Amino acid sequence: MKALKDIEKLINSELATKIQNSFIKNRELTIEINENDLIEVIQFLKSNEKCKFRQLIDIAGVDYPDSEKRFQLVYLLLSHQNNIRVKVSTQFQLNQIINSITKIFPSANWMEREVFDMYGIKFKNHPDLRRILTDYGFKGHPLRKDFPLTGFNEVRYSEKEKKVIYEPVKLEQNYRNFDFESPWEGTNYLKEIKNLEKHDKKN
Amino acid sequence: MTKKTKSLNLNFGPQHPAAHGVLRLILELDGEVVEKADPHIGLLHRGTEKLIEQKTYTQALPYFDRLDYVAPMNQEHAFALAAEKLLDIEVPIRAKYIRVIFCEIGRILSHILNVTTQALDVGALTPSLWGFEERETLMTFYERASGSRLHANYFRTGGVHQDIPLKLIDDIEKFCKSFPKVIDDLEGLLTDNRIFKQRNVEIGIVTKQEALDHSFSGVMLRGSGVPWDLRRSQPYEIYKYLDFKIPVGKNGDCYDRYLCRIEEMRESVKIILQCIEKLPKGPVKSIDGKISPPNRDDLKQSMEALIHHFKLFTEGYRVPKGDVYTAVEAPKGEFGVYLISDGTNKPYRCKIRAPGFSHLQAMDYLIRGHMLADVPAVLGSLDIVFGEVDR
Repeated sequence: MKALKDIEKLINSELATKIQNSFIKNRELTIEINENDLIEVIQFLKSNEKCKFRQLIDIAGVDYPDSEKRFQLVYLLLSHQNNIRVKVSTQFQLNQIINSITKIFPSANWMEREVFDMYGIKFKNHPDLRRILTDYGFKGHPLRKDFPLTGFNEVRYSEKEKKVIYEPVKLEQNYRNFDFESPWEGTNYLKEIKNLEKHDKKN
Repeated sequence: MTKKTKSLNLNFGPQHPAAHGVLRLILELDGEVVEKADPHIGLLHRGTEKLIEQKTYTQALPYFDRLDYVAPMNQEHAFALAAEKLLDIEVPIRAKYIRVIFCEIGRILSHILNVTTQALDVGALTPSLWGFEERETLMTFYERASGSRLHANYFRTGGVHQDIPLKLIDDIEKFCKSFPKVIDDLEGLLTDNRIFKQRNVEIGIVTKQEALDHSFSGVMLRGSGVPWDLRRSQPYEIYKYLDFKIPVGKNGDCYDRYLCRIEEMRESVKIILQCIEKLPKGPVKSIDGKISPPNRDDLKQSMEALIHHFKLFTEGYRVPKGDVYTAVEAPKGEFGVYLISDGTNKPYRCKIRAPGFSHLQAMDYLIRGHMLADVPAVLGSLDIVFGEVDR
């Protein structure tokens, strides 16, 4: 814990203007930054003599459809020397283009490709921004919250055409999403009734 | 006079037996020398992360068996630890020991598969036949504890699903006594084998710096001489009370990684034996009725237990708001789960950090300038399983 606090202090004092917020929760250090400062912050964390976050563990994209800044990127870094992890988080709007950190960490290449594939976030100066996990010619970005779980297309082998064909998804049974909230904590149907009552009163 | 040369494009996989699954590797060849490798992955992509967002925490756990399917319980462990960290609950000590025993069994399972198939890829058939017999024994241990050979679904948030059968511990102990002999036999076939050495020594060398830059972990990192093992450096469960060594390579080539894996198997056997010796008595899952389901007996007698049972298997449990990253030392490297909870019964986001993803990414850098015949050797030593790379 002490080491985490020391690193937090150090980062805050060295990068004062670039850090929007920093906190330790669940024994993990998170720093929030503006997306334009990404390169400088990551470079500092990697090369600073006291930080030495030499390894990029992963890049995680998150989608908050209701928020004004819809997407969040979380960079997970690890320092072997200090035995410390840090999360660098940045939030930004839908169509913003983010700087690629492939120059600093070569391993960011595929991680950014995955984020691009799953969320449609574009990266500037990325050497090879292609889809990675989804099918050739896939449309849409599956991990966005507005992408349906069942997807849009399904594939099957067509005996008639003697090849694999794509078709719109047809489900024998609709996807079921149950409402499990406790009744005394307000399930959705009760909330709807309440809202209707409020609405009626207003009219 | 200059000769015009044309490079040849070769599709390696997705149906190649040495591709370890469904890897489509597009190689650019100059004669027999590889100039560029472009791995196309995703042929086994099942949208695990998307599915987990739609399931309760209990339902999300079995998906982890299906990631790295040669060491299922190690994956479950990472997710269970993440949920426990958010819930801030303590796991009973007996459950911790059982977890460690099965994680180490998973490590042996994975390393046997890797070492022997790597040998198979370079032309030795016998090791895989000998090794798989042992794997079969280990999988019956899985079956006797969880009811399933492969997709165990045994770990739970707050412990493990049920206590292990009485005789199982004796049988695991018996196995641990006899298994080192099998490792010796495997080593006898491979370690000093001239062909095996010719195919692996100084092939696919990774320097320390490059191993760090390419986000390598596990044996890939240790093979290059970086002494980093999460079981030692960021110990979880009871690893800090156990005595084991961390084998580290010197040259960072395929052969060193093979040696590391062999040594790790020996260490795993030692860890299991220590756990068996120390295995305490007691409960195997959290006694908090809001998180772990009640006993079958209680269900018939206690109203409270019945309610808990019903609520747990319909709504599940809620996890406080927050985000955590937990990592375990899986056989292939650092397997991590970055979990974001919004306070409901389903994870808001669950990013899975698979070690194989970073390792395969470095394929281009590793294989450039090598011969085509080295591709299976390097691929074998990367220890790729497509379940976790594609997720």
